[in-house]
Amino acid sequence: MSAPALEREQELWAALAEPSRLRVLDVLLDRGEATPTALARQLPLTRQAVTKHLAVLARVGLVEGRRQGREVRYVVEPERLADGARQLHAVAAQWDRRLAAIKRIAEAVHARRQLAAGDR
Amino acid sequence: MAGDRIERDVLIEAPIDVVWEVISRPEQIVHWFSDEAEFDLRPGGEGVLTFEMKATDQPAAYHLRFEAVEPPRRLAYRWVYPGGEEPRPGNSMLVEFTLAEEGGRTRLTVVESGLDLMPWPDDEKQGYADSHDKGWAQHLQRLCAYVPAAADRPVA
Repeated sequence: MSAPALEREQELWAALAEPSRLRVLDVLLDRGEATPTALARQLPLTRQAVTKHLAVLARVGLVEGRRQGREVRYVVEPERLADGARQLHAVAAQWDRRLAAIKRIAEAVHARRQLAAGDR
Repeated sequence: MAGDRIERDVLIEAPIDVVWEVISRPEQIVHWFSDEAEFDLRPGGEGVLTFEMKATDQPAAYHLRFEAVEPPRRLAYRWVYPGGEEPRPGNSMLVEFTLAEEGGRTRLTVVESGLDLMPWPDDEKQGYADSHDKGWAQHLQRLCAYVPAAADRPVA
């Protein structure tokens, strides 16, 4: 399997693993773009908490901040979201490949042992 | 796609004990999963799965902790949690293997979950009552609706 792909996928999942961060992203998706102040008004979170969550989302590329005067306006990055959806599919595909490998190995071990038992 | 969890299964032409060996022994795990595997196979036991990073030549090590070790029917561990933290629902992914006999063959099911298990801190539950049923599944549906072509594009 590809370790870099695993790493990217896990970074993304970790960024989304926090429920209030997911809510921040959700509200931002609704609004298209917003400042931390505006998001905090819509969520039971302080502006500081919203800012922290946005920083994590920005680090994995899910949102982008654009400075406008004294405030930063955040927008969702559609490409990265698409990436996220693809990666979730990739996790499923990865497990399919791993299960196929487990099947191959277990059946080979079993066949070898049956052969060995037959020889005795 | 399913959304909040990934569930996959396979029917294997081998007895349940053999399948258990393949999923639980480090010397077998390196043939289908990580490049190195080292762990203490018991409930609460810890270990490390190491993946070679072809891009950087730096190995990536993932710590894991077993939640359930019930040979030959169930094996569960948590992984992908921040260094220095205890793995728990809310900061880690849970991988659960279930094995079942089916007429001499073995049905192996794997479920990887995590995001939907994240606990909601009590102080955040206020005001979320109406959206509490919006789990990861719905969120993902939103993401997919936002980028309709995403699900059909090949994986990079």
